Amino acid sequence: MSLHATTSQTVGPYLHIGLTWLITEKLAGAGVPGKRVSIQGRVLDGDGEPVNDALVEIWQADSRGKYGGKRFRGFGRSATDDSGAFRFHTIKPGRVPGPGGKLQAPHIGVQVFMRGQLKQLVSRIYFPDEPANAQDPVLALVPAQRRATLIARKRGNAGQLEWNVILQGKGETVFFDC
Amino acid sequence: MRNPIHYRRPAAGTQPEHLFPRYASTVKRAPTQPLVMLPQTETELTAPVFGYGELKRGDHDLTRQHAGDPMGERIIVSGRVLDENSRPVPDTLVEIWQANAAGRYPHRVDQHDAPTDPNFTGCGRVLTDKRGNYRFVTIRPGEYPWRNHYNAWRPAHIHFSLFGQAFVQRLVTQMYFPGDPLLDEDPMYNCVPDERARRRLVSSLDWETTVPEFALGYRFDIVLRGPEETPMENRKR
Ligand SMILES: [Fe+3]
Repeated sequence: MSLHATTSQTVGPYLHIGLTWLITEKLAGAGVPGKRVSIQGRVLDGDGEPVNDALVEIWQADSRGKYGGKRFRGFGRSATDDSGAFRFHTIKPGRVPGPGGKLQAPHIGVQVFMRGQLKQLVSRIYFPDEPANAQDPVLALVPAQRRATLIARKRGNAGQLEWNVILQGKGETVFFDC
Repeated sequence: MRNPIHYRRPAAGTQPEHLFPRYASTVKRAPTQPLVMLPQTETELTAPVFGYGELKRGDHDLTRQHAGDPMGERIIVSGRVLDENSRPVPDTLVEIWQANAAGRYPHRVDQHDAPTDPNFTGCGRVLTDKRGNYRFVTIRPGEYPWRNHYNAWRPAHIHFSLFGQAFVQRLVTQMYFPGDPLLDEDPMYNCVPDERARRRLVSSLDWETTVPEFALGYRFDIVLRGPEETPMENRKR
């Protein structure tokens, strides 16, 4: 018998009550191999105002491109603050297979929940100075002029990255339907 | 490499669009550019696993998290988590949150002039068992006003968050109560055109869940997206 998936509903403004117990901003302990990266960003609405009631979740492979390892779960959850900011301290993931077994460029899966979204937004974070981006099968599906919204920007020190969620307008982040 | 599973697209009319102007907050928050179709790769077909070590005993019982009993009517909410192929989704994390019996959340942005309850936080979580069952003990949440439109009131509801076994199964939804006259007026409940899909958000009073002399039981089954069995290579895309 075939059922239909339950209808998605918004997390609403009080998401913190149920979801903050699992806030995970530091994904990688000291023993986890891989290049350390800190990703910071802000969620901004169509007026450029910070969204202070969003929850950002990430899902990523370990440095060898494996999901769900024993030493590195790869799941992160951050709730935005009054400036709309979220942050993750993690490692750069390895490459994982894509369509047809071709390797994808290193990337992190993102889901964003907030009041005013009846279902989550899906996006990806890619890495700057990454030659594999040029051949990535998913980036290739994105109109060239919008690809930059998926690639984190370097901020000063090595490993400090910025990736923002622009909900509307100039620089609107690419969101996916999967 | 063969990709053995691929999750089906949602049936027409059963999932909301991002922009739904009756729910005013969507207007400045919904994407204006078209979504890009994302192939389902390992990133989309895997999900984090949570273990019993991360939960505390009693996380499923929202009535026993403080020194005293919360005000309101004790209820039991239980059901099964299935996929679209009717297969149970075992060992998956279910998180819930809700208002207290007076319709108030202990949250800094909730300014509704209704009493807070020192004996009720309104937050619970469980893992489904091997057959996909979950069960919470809580109190019936109150209705509450919101500022979406003039005289806007949310029907009584419990927020649910589920992970499933794949990134594409992640679901946040809300459970409603049978016979609630506020449902007809609620933009969130009415966010999809398929009436049967809306009705599946409404729990049912359930005698098997009800415990005599203790609490009425409500059943709420949740369906996550289900995989096709056909290998990707055999599908015409
Ligand atoms: Fe609510």
